[in-house]
Amino acid sequence: MFIDGNGAAGVFAEALGVDITTAVITCAGCGAGGRFAESHVYDHGPGVVARCATCESVLARIVRTPTDAWLDLRGARSLRIPLPAE
Amino acid sequence: MTETVVRRRTPWLAATVHSVRSETSVARTIVLDVPGWPGHVAGQHVDVKLTAPDGYSAQRSYSLAAPADGDRVELTVQRVEDGEVSPYLVDELLPTDQFEVRGPIGGWFTWHATEPGPVLLVAGGSGIVPLMAMVRERARAGSEAPFTLVYSVRGPSDVYYASELAEVDATILYTRTAIGPRRAGRITAADLPAAADARVYVCGPTGFVETVSDLLLERGHDAANIRTERFGPSGG
Amino acid sequence: MSIVSRGFHGRREPAAADLPPGQYLTRDFPVLQAGPTPRVDLDTWQFTISNEAGAKYTWSWRELLALPSETTTVDIHCVTRWSKLKTTWQGVSLDTLFEDVETAADYALVRSYGGYTTNMPLEDLLDGKAWIAYRFEGEELTSDHGGPARLLVPHLYFWKSAKWVTGIDLLVDDEPGFWEQLGYHSYGDPWREQRYTDD
Repeated sequence: MFIDGNGAAGVFAEALGVDITTAVITCAGCGAGGRFAESHVYDHGPGVVARCATCESVLARIVRTPTDAWLDLRGARSLRIPLPAE
Repeated sequence: MTETVVRRRTPWLAATVHSVRSETSVARTIVLDVPGWPGHVAGQHVDVKLTAPDGYSAQRSYSLAAPADGDRVELTVQRVEDGEVSPYLVDELLPTDQFEVRGPIGGWFTWHATEPGPVLLVAGGSGIVPLMAMVRERARAGSEAPFTLVYSVRGPSDVYYASELAEVDATILYTRTAIGPRRAGRITAADLPAAADARVYVCGPTGFVETVSDLLLERGHDAANIRTERFGPSGG
Repeated sequence: MSIVSRGFHGRREPAAADLPPGQYLTRDFPVLQAGPTPRVDLDTWQFTISNEAGAKYTWSWRELLALPSETTTVDIHCVTRWSKLKTTWQGVSLDTLFEDVETAADYALVRSYGGYTTNMPLEDLLDGKAWIAYRFEGEELTSDHGGPARLLVPHLYFWKSAKWVTGIDLLVDDEPGFWEQLGYHSYGDPWREQRYTDD
C-alpha cells in the first residue's frame, strides 16, 4: 500500500524547488539514513506521508491545498540535498 | 554515487498528442509534443494532469518511455480496471488532444549513457517502461555498457516493446504461462543473475519490488547498487 | 489556467443525491491511510479515555463488545471529495462510553494505533453523533477500513473518523491532530466545505 519517494517527488519539487529524490534523509526516529527515493510513501490520503524504510516512523509530510503547500520535516534529523556544481 | 541533479522549477506544460501506438490490448504508447520541454534523463517520470470542463482534475504519474528528444515526450500507459485516468488515456485520447504534464521528476532512478558499468534491469509488468527508456538511451548514445534485462509479465500478450527487446540480453518470465523449460510462476532467485558489480534497477508494483530486492540480496548484490521504483497498487 | 482535456470527466457519477459542496458520489469504498495498516491483537486491544486531570477510563475488547451497541446508517464524506451514502455501521455510542467520565474539558484529541491523531470539540462526539464502530455492512470491520474498531463521527469530514482508534484525550485547550497541523481545517464541516485551515 506504499510507493516510494520517486512518486512523491513532484509535489515536493513544487514546494521546495528542488528534486528531493536524491536527498539523503536521516530518520529522527532510528537514525537510519537513505535516499528519499527509497522511503516508503503513502499518498492515498489527504496528504503525502514519507516514512522511514527501516522503522516506518514519519520522515516528512506534505499537504497541497489550493493555495499552499504545507511541509513537516520534523521526522528527519537532517536532509542533505545535492546541489549543482558552480 | 551518481545522481542526477535536477535544478529547475517544474511548472505544468501543455502536452499535445502527436500520435499513439498500441503496445498490448490494455496498454499504449502516447507520443506528445511539449513545447518548452527542458529535456530529461532515462528513468525519470512526469506527473500528468487532466482537467474536465467543470474544473475537476485528476493527476497521475507516468514514467517516460523514451530518451530526451527535443520537445517530444513518450509515455506508455496501462489501462487499470476501474481507473479514473488510465482508461481515458488508453481508450479515449486522440492525436491533437491536450493535457498537462509536469517534470521531469526524479534524480535517483536514472541512468546516463556516460556510465560505462554493467546494468541489470528487473521489470515487473508495467515497470518495464522507465527501464525501456534506459535501453533506448543506450541504443541512441551508442553505449556499450553491458545491459541485462529480466522482465516478468503474466503471459506473452502482456509484453511491451517486444520487437526491441532482442537488442539487449533480455529474459522474459511468464508468471501465468509455461513456455519452454521454465514453469509458470513468480520470479525466484534462480531467475536473477548473481552479483557482478552491476548497478541494478528494479521497477514494478510495490510487492514485486520488495520481493525482487530480497532475492537480489540473496544473490549477493550489494544493497548500495540497487535502485528501486515502486508503482502503487494503482490509483489508475 | 488549466488546459481542459476533451472528453475527460473523471470517475464521478451525476449527483442525483444532495451532496455537500464539491463532493461526488462513489459506490466503492476507497482505502486511505497515512501509514502501514497496524496489526492489532484483540487480547491486548484497549480503548482509553483520559480526562484533563489524567484519570483514565479503559475498556478491553471484550468489555467493549459487552456494552450496548447501536446500528446506524449514515452518509460519509471524505475531504478527498468522495461521498458514500447510506453506510451501515454497528458500534458503541460515545454517549455510552462517556456516561461515567468526569470532565469539564471542551476538546478531544483522538488517538489511533500507529500514531495518527485528530481533534474535535467534545460536544461533537456526544448526543448521538459518534460511535466506536466495529462492524460495517453487517460484517466485522476489516483492518484496511480501520478494524478492529474505528471512530465514526459522520457529520465531519471522514479524516476525523479515526481508524484503528485506541483512545481519546480530553483537553482544556484544542490541539491540532495529524492533518489539522498541516493545513486541514480544525473543525471540518462538509456542508460548509471546511476542508483547509482558512476555509
